[in-house]
Amino acid sequence: MVKKQGSGSNATVSKFVQFSESLGTAYSSYLKEVNGNKQLLLIDSFLAFLVVLGVVQFLFVLLIRDNFPFNAFLSGFIICVGQFVLLVSLRLQLISPFEGISKQRAFGEFIVASLVLHFISVHFVN
Amino acid sequence: MKQSTLLALEGFQTVLKALIFIAIFGVAISSRLFSVIRFESIIHEFDPWFNFRATKYLVSHSFYEFLNWFDDRTWYPLGRVTGGTLYPGLMTTSGAIWHILRKIGLPIDIRNICVLFAPAFSGFTAWATYEFTKELKDSSAGLLAAAFMAIAPGYISRSVAGSYDNEAIAITLLMVTFMFWIKAQKTGSILYSMLAALFYFYMVSAWGGYVFITNLIPLHVFILILMGRYQSKLYSAYTTWYAIGTLASMQIPFVGFLPIRSNDHMAALGVFGLIQIVALGDYIKSQVSGERFKVVMFISLGLIISIGISGLFFLTYMGYIAPWTGRFYSLWDTNYAKIHIPIIASVSEHQPPAWPSFFFDNQFLIWLFPAGVFLLFLELKDEHVFVLAYSVLCSYFAGVMIRLMLTLTPIICVTGAIAISKLFDIYLDFSVALSTKSPKDVKSVKLDKEKKETSDLEQEDDDYEAELVVDYEPSSKARWFDITAKAVVSSTFLMYLFLFVYHCTYVTSNFYSSPSVVMPSQNPDGSVALIDDFREAYYWLRMNTAEDAKVAAWWDYGYQIGGMADRTTLVDNNTWNNTHIAIVGKAMSSPEEKAYEILKAHDVDYVLVVFGGALGYSGDDLNKFLWMVRISEGIWPDEVKERNFFTGRGEYRVDADATKTMKDSLMYKLSYHDFPSIYPNGVGHDRTRNQKITNNEVGPLDYFEEVFTSEILLVRIYKLKSPDSLGRDHGEAAKFDRNLQSGVKKRLVKKPELELRV
Repeated sequence: MVKKQGSGSNATVSKFVQFSESLGTAYSSYLKEVNGNKQLLLIDSFLAFLVVLGVVQFLFVLLIRDNFPFNAFLSGFIICVGQFVLLVSLRLQLISPFEGISKQRAFGEFIVASLVLHFISVHFVN
Repeated sequence: MKQSTLLALEGFQTVLKALIFIAIFGVAISSRLFSVIRFESIIHEFDPWFNFRATKYLVSHSFYEFLNWFDDRTWYPLGRVTGGTLYPGLMTTSGAIWHILRKIGLPIDIRNICVLFAPAFSGFTAWATYEFTKELKDSSAGLLAAAFMAIAPGYISRSVAGSYDNEAIAITLLMVTFMFWIKAQKTGSILYSMLAALFYFYMVSAWGGYVFITNLIPLHVFILILMGRYQSKLYSAYTTWYAIGTLASMQIPFVGFLPIRSNDHMAALGVFGLIQIVALGDYIKSQVSGERFKVVMFISLGLIISIGISGLFFLTYMGYIAPWTGRFYSLWDTNYAKIHIPIIASVSEHQPPAWPSFFFDNQFLIWLFPAGVFLLFLELKDEHVFVLAYSVLCSYFAGVMIRLMLTLTPIICVTGAIAISKLFDIYLDFSVALSTKSPKDVKSVKLDKEKKETSDLEQEDDDYEAELVVDYEPSSKARWFDITAKAVVSSTFLMYLFLFVYHCTYVTSNFYSSPSVVMPSQNPDGSVALIDDFREAYYWLRMNTAEDAKVAAWWDYGYQIGGMADRTTLVDNNTWNNTHIAIVGKAMSSPEEKAYEILKAHDVDYVLVVFGGALGYSGDDLNKFLWMVRISEGIWPDEVKERNFFTGRGEYRVDADATKTMKDSLMYKLSYHDFPSIYPNGVGHDRTRNQKITNNEVGPLDYFEEVFTSEILLVRIYKLKSPDSLGRDHGEAAKFDRNLQSGVKKRLVKKPELELRV
């Protein structure tokens, strides 16, 4: 019994090691990919900025314990999320373009969608 | 030379397609005009009357006034924040059409725009269905689907001319949204996805049924992820749709913060979160070995799921997320509404449909529907999964609520069209009849052979088919056999198609084209007569009562009274306040003196009841009476008891056997007041319930006085008597008068007869 348990915990430990290792490899290969490409670097720093912006807004609302102009908070937060996913979509297409959509068209579509998103968001802020 | 013939063929196809579309538009519009031709250009039923009234308000006021409209003429004395509690999509669209037409010099009456709104949009629905089906199979299936959609009675039922309801525009938007979604999901294009989101927004602004889209698209994505078919395309399509769609949908005042608060919308949010994780996982997967990825996946999945579920429970528990709404529960548990919210169950369109109505609404498409679903299942591309999810969900919903037949109809048309066009692809191909094989034929044979080699899962039928194709060498016998087989099958289906058109026309003209405000009937000599009692009564109210008079009627007639009579009502079809409706129900089911008190307390001047006994109209108030009792029993279980309205044997009777409670109730008295005495022998015959009413059953009416009764007794209006001049109770006063009268009679009898003096 005891032995079995020990081996079980050993296995889980090794699994966690594997887990962290694989995360590490993924991270390092990501760094490699980004370092060579200025476009991706730009996009990724924008992504990081959006995440920080969203988190700051969220923390702010938690901190003041009041979400009074809820519209404003929501549109501020959602536009971060929305811009984030749009950027990721663009990034995915830049790495491996979808068939039938060139990189230029993808960029154009991204801009149009972002404009629409911003328009709605500004409208929602009141 | 070949190139040029191909080009010419293509050009011919385009022209043909355009012609077909014009024909489809024509058919879609003209088959919906029966009611206008038979009756007149009039708004139908109940809800459309409110939409019409709101549209009139919109075109006579500014848009902002419309959004901030507080309506004090309904739900007296509460009023209704109408601007914030309606879906403005329908009214703004017709308002915009009205303004545009005026700008280009075509000033058209707003009523006619409203009446013809639904037929006009049905053409666009057919077009969207075409595009949708084209993405699933090809344009020939698309054309069939569009034609089906244009005439399927299931959709016509809600979109005939005059049926100015939210659904009229919502089904169009539903199909357009789905079409863009399928395109977005196929190509991964941000643009299509954004368009889907914008039309989703339009849909949210038009109909409460948008929740269906909110759940169906995430379900599609979720199933695809479970099937291991995640692609980056899916990520960009779904996340773009969700981010823009959610933000946009919150612009509608009535929806407000629901998309992040109510549980109905949580599935979409959950899938949004899930797809982020899956995208990350996909990235990691591409970087590390498969075995390691499994470990990563299991650990992170366990963490995420436990956090997610506990978070959802916590938030619901703390009240940040509203639990599911009653209508939602009633979708799963068909008895839920009956027990907890009688008001939802009392609406006839919320009842489960009878089985024949599926056939009635879709004719032969209903049995092609499973066949089409099966054919899609064999192929099972990503977009086919969507159709499968749609058809499974909607078949269930339509089985629960008759109203949702409307959302099932498009997918039935689509799958039916796919089944038929697949069939025609094979059986309408008479190229064998030409003695020389065309090069195309050889190609298809080759293709078939290749298919056979690659996949062992071919169906037996298909094998047989392929062999048939291969075997066409000159053997003329086999060829003739083949041609006759094809001819028989295709002509059978052509006949079915013909019958379908016939059935649709028949159903539309006979069952779905009645405005229900004006009813057709037949004179003894067979000519058509129109029963126009409703408008007669509403017009009487409009002309003969004070402008601020309050009319109490059951909620069904609230919108019509507001729209046609322009008088203040206590309750209407909006049914947002159950208690207020229960008050009216209680007044109707209480004895006269109590009802008088209740109604006086609410400042009511007139009471309107609909009585179909003289005409045999089954939708009258006495038949709805049990719902009034049930709804008010839900609020005052001690004062109103449903049991007391049934006879000892549990029957619902209105004749001599009726219970005392029944006979005393206000509804009974108002309905049958003076009814027996219009019959020569003093025995009234209630043709709706087929029972005999005599003067013994109908007690005297002391607190109300009859002011108006329409031609065929369909609508009866009573006035609450003003306070007695001597300060007595009306009941006492009436009793006193009656005594006096009988006393006078007695004395008269006692008086000696006087001889005529000459």
